[in-house]
Amino acid sequence: MQSQNMLTDTGKVLLVLKKKKRPGEKFIETTLAICGFITVFITLGIVFELGKEALPFFSGPDFHLLAFLTGTTWQPQINAFGVLPLVMATLSTTFFALLIAIPFGIGIAVYLSEYASRKVRAFIKPTLEILAGIPTVVYGYFALSFVTPFLRSIFGKDVVEIYNTASAGIVMGVLIIPLIASMSEDALAAVPRTLREAAYGLGATRIETTCRVVIPAAISGLAAAIIVGISRAIGETMIVALAAGAGPKFTLNPFKGAETMTGHIVRVSGGDLSYDSIDYNSLFGISLLLFFITLSLNMVSQRVVRKLNEVK
Amino acid sequence: MDDLKAPVFVSTVHKRKRNEHGWKVFLTLTTSIGIIFLIVLLSNIINQSFGYVSIGYKVSPQELVGTNQPLETLSSPQLAEILRQRVSTGLLKQLEKEKPLAELSEPQLVNLIIEKVAKPEVVQTWTLWQSLIQKQEILQTASQKPDEKLVFYSWFRPRIVSTAQSSNPLTAGVRTALLGSLWIILIAILVSFPLGVGTAIYLEEYASESLLNRIIRTNINNLAGVPSIIYGMLGLAVFVRGLSQITSGAWLGLSGAETANGRTILSAGLTLALLVLPLIIINAREAIKAVPDALRQASYGIGATRWQTIWHHVLPNSIPGILTGSILAVSRALGESAPLVVIGASTYITMDPANIFSRFTALPIQIYQWTARPQPEFRNLAAGAILVLLALLLSINSIAILLRNRYKRY
Repeated sequence: MQSQNMLTDTGKVLLVLKKKKRPGEKFIETTLAICGFITVFITLGIVFELGKEALPFFSGPDFHLLAFLTGTTWQPQINAFGVLPLVMATLSTTFFALLIAIPFGIGIAVYLSEYASRKVRAFIKPTLEILAGIPTVVYGYFALSFVTPFLRSIFGKDVVEIYNTASAGIVMGVLIIPLIASMSEDALAAVPRTLREAAYGLGATRIETTCRVVIPAAISGLAAAIIVGISRAIGETMIVALAAGAGPKFTLNPFKGAETMTGHIVRVSGGDLSYDSIDYNSLFGISLLLFFITLSLNMVSQRVVRKLNEVK
Repeated sequence: MDDLKAPVFVSTVHKRKRNEHGWKVFLTLTTSIGIIFLIVLLSNIINQSFGYVSIGYKVSPQELVGTNQPLETLSSPQLAEILRQRVSTGLLKQLEKEKPLAELSEPQLVNLIIEKVAKPEVVQTWTLWQSLIQKQEILQTASQKPDEKLVFYSWFRPRIVSTAQSSNPLTAGVRTALLGSLWIILIAILVSFPLGVGTAIYLEEYASESLLNRIIRTNINNLAGVPSIIYGMLGLAVFVRGLSQITSGAWLGLSGAETANGRTILSAGLTLALLVLPLIIINAREAIKAVPDALRQASYGIGATRWQTIWHHVLPNSIPGILTGSILAVSRALGESAPLVVIGASTYITMDPANIFSRFTALPIQIYQWTARPQPEFRNLAAGAILVLLALLLSINSIAILLRNRYKRY
């Protein structure tokens, strides 16, 4: 310090403040920043590696984009690569999942945020957490050993096949309920109390307040929850691998077996797969498609949530 | 004055109240159905894990002993004698080579006899529910088949954890799969925990609002939403194929013919590390964010540097939260099977993994394969394995909850 505080002619002290060099600090900061960058590399890695492996498939002589997106047969043996059967099965399971998950998820969220007492909440919240923490392969087991026999006993054994998209979709819906419920509850809880009190002050009942004030105010948050639910349903694998059936089939009948995009990837890669075969490369093509679908859904949902937070 | 009519009030209060009441009942029902799902799911698994099993023997134990005495009551020389008489000379030599019969204990000999001579096979299984409801009928049909043995069997039993995979559901266990899972999880933690906590510290304590940092933040949220199977494909392309020299252990000279191709525990661990990384980061950020700013300012106020502040104040105060979040992320990885199937978990392994370059199978994979088999007894076995997995997850999660409650401060 002595050298830095110089006395000038007039007797004033000039204080020279200089930041002390701390190489250790700088080193730590750089290391941590590198950790952060690595996460970006994962995304780049996904796009690059999936793209690289899928390239021989997309640039192969048998590939036509139109045929890929609109073709109704997926049979690598005869070079028929129409992704529609896989997409249709994915849509079918997703549809059933949402049919279960949206009413139950939002219903539970409304009940928890508007009706439930503290005690009930303290009981239901952990239950939902347990439901969310059960591995998906267990849900797959549940679909195969409970829901399918249940459906078969209702609709008849000749109508419902052992492997069918309806059963996989229903169980997937149960899996997604906690996700939609917790996100929707956050959205409902973010609605200011004053809005509710104003409605009550006008004499509205609880359900009127909920339906006409709270839900409209939280609608974008609910939408975000549903979008995340859709993305989760599209990417879900083990349930469909166990319960939805094997072999790509173009069918709209939910009681018949069909193979979803994820189910196809798991089944084919689970066998002995040789590198650089058309099967191998086409899997990466499907994965890339899957990645971009879920990525765009997630980004839309995040944008909605961010907008919501800005408004607040 | 005549034009003015008295306003007409229609009382809707009654209707609205009824409406309100109806909705309340409906919402309560919805919520309770959510809980009912959980109960049905669990009871379905328990229903499949216990129940009567009718076992047929290639050579029945009575025939071996000659009398109605159970095998367990015989002495070890007698047991060894039975074994010598019944198994082929080649097999006998092999057994003697592993360990001389004279040195084996009685239970070990009994197990050997059952496995090599009696060869029990499942003829029919009943669920717990059936076993309770139709007990009389089951017992009656069983009494008509004297060569089959009817036992009340628990598929979820201590032995399932200690025995290796086998093609006979009565002797199959999850030992290899369980060890594989633990190895994989260990690697995933070692890689993702430092990386994840480092990123979280960077984002919460250092990062400015620059474009780059915004990209990192958005990217992490997006990664958390990427389906797990995509991570599997990434792992297949990068770790299994691209880095096969490293992940197969060839660079250390460790790879045998068995471990080739990079489909190893190391690849699986690294893949799951990528999968849980975003979850760990998000949870750790929340924990660090919860540390009050006053602590940081007090530390800066007495002249501490940034890292000193983080190391001595922020981290000690947020570590319970970070650990809780990480444990929850790890329990997610433990139940994950899709990426492991994709990067090539082996279908049939009876050897314990020797090192990180071994071929692997994991608990959820084992469950998946048993469930996918058509024979009902493998369904029962899968249910037993599911109970092992759920018990493991439950204990891990209880640790997280205990940790959270114990150190809850802010």
